[in-house]
Amino acid sequence: MAETANPGTPPAGPQTTGHEWDGIAEYNNPLPRWWLYGLYATIVWAMGYWVLYPAWPLVSGYTGGLLGYSQRAAVLGEVEAVRRERDLRGRAQLASATVAEIRADPALLRLALATGKAAFGDNCAACHGTAATGRIGYPNLQDDDWLWGGTPEEIERTIRYGARSGHGEAHVGDMPAFGRDGVLKRDEIEAAATYVLSLSGKPGIPGASAEKGAEIFAGNCAACHGETATGNPEMGAPNLTDAIWLYGSSPEQVVTTITNGRKGVMPAWEGRLDTATIKSLAVYVHGLGGGK
Amino acid sequence: MATAQPGLWKRHEILEKNSILLLICALLVVAVGGLVEITPLFYLKSTVETVEGVRPYTPLELAGRNIYVREGCYLCHSQMIRPMRDEIERYGHFSLAAESMYDHPFQWGSKRTGPDLARVGGKYSDQWHREHLKDPRAVVPASIMPAYAFLERPLDADAIADDLKANRALGVPYSDEMIALARSDLSAQLDPDGPGAADLQRRYPGANVRDFGGDKGRVAEIDALIAYLQVLGTMVDFKIYEDKKNLR
Repeated sequence: MAETANPGTPPAGPQTTGHEWDGIAEYNNPLPRWWLYGLYATIVWAMGYWVLYPAWPLVSGYTGGLLGYSQRAAVLGEVEAVRRERDLRGRAQLASATVAEIRADPALLRLALATGKAAFGDNCAACHGTAATGRIGYPNLQDDDWLWGGTPEEIERTIRYGARSGHGEAHVGDMPAFGRDGVLKRDEIEAAATYVLSLSGKPGIPGASAEKGAEIFAGNCAACHGETATGNPEMGAPNLTDAIWLYGSSPEQVVTTITNGRKGVMPAWEGRLDTATIKSLAVYVHGLGGGK
Repeated sequence: MATAQPGLWKRHEILEKNSILLLICALLVVAVGGLVEITPLFYLKSTVETVEGVRPYTPLELAGRNIYVREGCYLCHSQMIRPMRDEIERYGHFSLAAESMYDHPFQWGSKRTGPDLARVGGKYSDQWHREHLKDPRAVVPASIMPAYAFLERPLDADAIADDLKANRALGVPYSDEMIALARSDLSAQLDPDGPGAADLQRRYPGANVRDFGGDKGRVAEIDALIAYLQVLGTMVDFKIYEDKKNLR
């Protein structure tokens, strides 16, 4: 060995296995005792595990283990235990009370607002935004303009069944595609857009006549949006006289809306969220500032 | 120790000096793991729960699933709600094996950079998915998901019947009729007023038949992907599913 100072001294350290090839010997480095005993202990542990827990596959089933453990049963029990605990802390009342009753009871209201806030972040914020201020196509829930009604009960219904969600109880009613389906011509659409914009004092399209637009409105739009264009929550028809525009208030955007129609979808949350959560969300959304 | 001692524990020298023998023995040891852990899953009835409602994907959904795989969505999104309370509270009922029994390969994933998608079906509107896929930051400002605006390009569905066939070879119960009509079923799913809508619903009960927010008469990749996303986790009705019968 090159590094050995005195060639006469046998190398210190581990012994060799005794097996030698071309003068090269192999060290015998047994594993440390503590490590080996650790390994043996895990093997014994595994055998205990085989006996106590589900382990070995058989021909038509598997060994269930003496403890009768089931991961699914365990987690279902855990979920159930938490549900019971929450029910005791007021959640049962959230489910059984009406939203009006919840709002009248300060303790319940506090619980509903906390529950609603958490559920909103998890389920609603993706569309309506974390601050519930919405964006083009997704209503702002902070203001007092409501497509489908802004009372707590109406909000609850909208959350539960959604709008155009495919649920049997969902709000229905589309804004037709007047241009695409050939009901109105381009100049008629521009006139209608100019009239609608004039209702909130906005400039329309140069050259388009608001008077002609008023006629077109009366014939095509008033059935849903109302004679005075103040909207109809039964149809989800928005108020067209205010400053709130779900799909934008530029002449181009209004023309696009009339041409292609609109049918924004709010999913139905029944089945996905439980009753207590839906009611809490209704109370929370109603309390954001614009509730009626 | 100058010489090897007799006894079983000292005989490893035999394996160390015979590479072929070592290879064979290593193979045997590994095979035990496979035989014990994997083989029973193919014959044990308890592997896949008996549930109602799980059907093969429609051609459009399958095309969307192919895009999901192609774009590697599984690298950031799992489709596996584990039986743990926190996951159940956030995502809903834990995933059942039956829910992915027609997935070849399954999309369980093992990484959640984005949220789990096992039950994303019906949670958001088609329009939201469309806007979100095109520009995730437009709807979720803090998102780090890449934009998939290019999915507006036309869907290449010429091989969809072969896709169904390949899935049938793997055990998905596609009928001859389903395979023969795959191409027309794919377009039929986008047109609720069309002549093929009712037949499609009969072949694939509960299928969502609508335009998924896309242009009429033109099938884009994004339409197929949204059709796929909107069916995820919606096939089993958990109001009638009996947990107690399927404990594992």
